[in-house]
Amino acid sequence: MAKREIPEINAGSMADIAFLLLVFFLVTTTMDSDFGLMRKLPPIVEDMKTPPVRKRNLFTVLANKDDELLVKGKLMEVSELRNAAKEFIANPKNKIDLPEKKEIDVPFFGRTMVSKQVISLQNDNATSYNLYIQVQNELAAAYNELRNELAMQQFGKTYDQLVEIGDRDRVKAIRKIYPQRISEAEPRNVGR
Amino acid sequence: MSKFKKNGKKGLPAVSTSSLPDIVFMLLFFFMVTTVMREVDLKIMNDVPEATEIQKLENKALVSYIYIGVPIDIKRHGNSARIQLNDAFVEVSEVGGHIEETRTNLSEPELPLLTTSLKVDQKIEMGIVTEVKQELRKVQALKISYATRERLRK
Repeated sequence: MAKREIPEINAGSMADIAFLLLVFFLVTTTMDSDFGLMRKLPPIVEDMKTPPVRKRNLFTVLANKDDELLVKGKLMEVSELRNAAKEFIANPKNKIDLPEKKEIDVPFFGRTMVSKQVISLQNDNATSYNLYIQVQNELAAAYNELRNELAMQQFGKTYDQLVEIGDRDRVKAIRKIYPQRISEAEPRNVGR
Repeated sequence: MSKFKKNGKKGLPAVSTSSLPDIVFMLLFFFMVTTVMREVDLKIMNDVPEATEIQKLENKALVSYIYIGVPIDIKRHGNSARIQLNDAFVEVSEVGGHIEETRTNLSEPELPLLTTSLKVDQKIEMGIVTEVKQELRKVQALKISYATRERLRK
């Protein structure tokens, strides 16, 4: 019997087909990965009684309709906010106009002085969203930097690294010393 | 005469294109893996702000998106900030209902993990964002994420 040769399939159009698919995926998909500032909203509580907070424990940030910041009664640029917030939260020199401290037990640290800081944020209805995010970002950065410094001092690793390797106990201890307390007031028409 | 004289033309040999499909397939797989299917057609301008202290949204199945911005087609939809859910414009009061609807598709242990991602244009005024946040508080959708682009830390 004669040996029948199988003809070779022409693969020349393979590239065209693949290109077609490639173009399809390029058009229909997006590359945006979802990053964002994670926040937790407070639940609605009826007849809420806010506990009184002493003035020295409060870091008020007001943003008006012209995107100007008033921090503790002083005009401030967004770029200065981070350091001001850091100094307020940690109160390293125990100044009397910065938050008071309370001694509590923290695992890994023993008895530690923890400041009773609260950051209060209030914005106008006409404040731009960009400014709001920048303020939120700077405040979060202040907390993160302090936490990183503390973690580096105590454990030889930054806070971010601790979170990454999933060391929950140490993360919790650091959070106990620098708890993120940002309170947002209902917006008012500030400065109008 | 000469034994070594080649007969025929002395043109350049054609470049082999047989590996072209492989290259293109490689590109194709790269794009298939790194990108996601576009879910909604944005009818608003959506230029989110930049931030450094960001976290990645982990479970995309448990995220519902709310887009806020100025309509692209100003003539038809006006030039004030609007909220877009899926493919339609909605009013602030309808946001809660949408969240409830998303919840019905989830199982009990997944409910507290549901995150609402607010994709808000950076030029928008805070008024509408605050209203949406109040609406989310009413339906107990407390986990939110302000969508931002990544900016490198200095």
